[in-house]
Amino acid sequence: MLFYFFAAVAILSGAYMVLTRNLLYAGFALLLTLLSVAAIYVLLFADFVAVTQLMVYVGGVLVLILFGIMLSSRVHDKSVMSENVNKGWGITISLLTLIGLCYTIWQTKFASLPWLQAASTDMLGAQKSTVQGIGIKLMTDFVLPFEIASLLLLIALIGAAYIATDKQEV
Amino acid sequence: MLNQIPLEHILLLSAVLFSLGILAVITKRHAVVVLMGIELIFNAANLNLVAFSRHDPQLMQGQLFSLFVIIIAAAEAAVALAIVLRVYQHFNTANLNQIVTSED
Repeated sequence: MLFYFFAAVAILSGAYMVLTRNLLYAGFALLLTLLSVAAIYVLLFADFVAVTQLMVYVGGVLVLILFGIMLSSRVHDKSVMSENVNKGWGITISLLTLIGLCYTIWQTKFASLPWLQAASTDMLGAQKSTVQGIGIKLMTDFVLPFEIASLLLLIALIGAAYIATDKQEV
Repeated sequence: MLNQIPLEHILLLSAVLFSLGILAVITKRHAVVVLMGIELIFNAANLNLVAFSRHDPQLMQGQLFSLFVIIIAAAEAAVALAIVLRVYQHFNTANLNQIVTSED
């Protein structure tokens, strides 16, 4: 099944991103993880979120991260490598988090939750595209967070440009 | 239903991605890789939101919330990478341990 293929790709490339010491390999492994997550969004009937994931994450954030790697590392010597520290604590904490989450998910009987049972009869409505519904929702119920998000993006744009400016030479 | 993925499997995938993100944030010492771990955590949270939004086709609150999470993640990445570049120009390294232990 297609979902398990993309889930396996996402987990394997995520694990490679954590395990590798080369920064550029970690960046490209993150690219593969983001693409698999976008494919899983398509399988979950969230086509607009999948396209947004492709445009914002793969097209924007990952390019920014690759720029950050190239501008903050001396590529010619060995410093493009990143050493691992706190290995014992990191593996302990993340394993405990994983075990706790898996135990909680396994203990919860999702099939008996009342609101999931009530909603599963409307599943056929999710077959068509979600673009029109999301557009209507953004302009009616979610118009205040939408405008605040635009303001936040403007603030982040100005702030990032101001911080990254070299102030000595201006 | 042609394509009925069990909800538990999606939640387990997102739990694994979340733990990998935490592992990257704790064990890596290059600031950019820590940011990449944070992006992985954002994606795990978004996967949960979209998975539950599948059972809510009229309201789609989960998908809208995940859209706002993506917007905030983009703004966070831009500002954080600008800060990383300034820190690299100032300390001449992006290694977090060397930045913490260095004087000045």
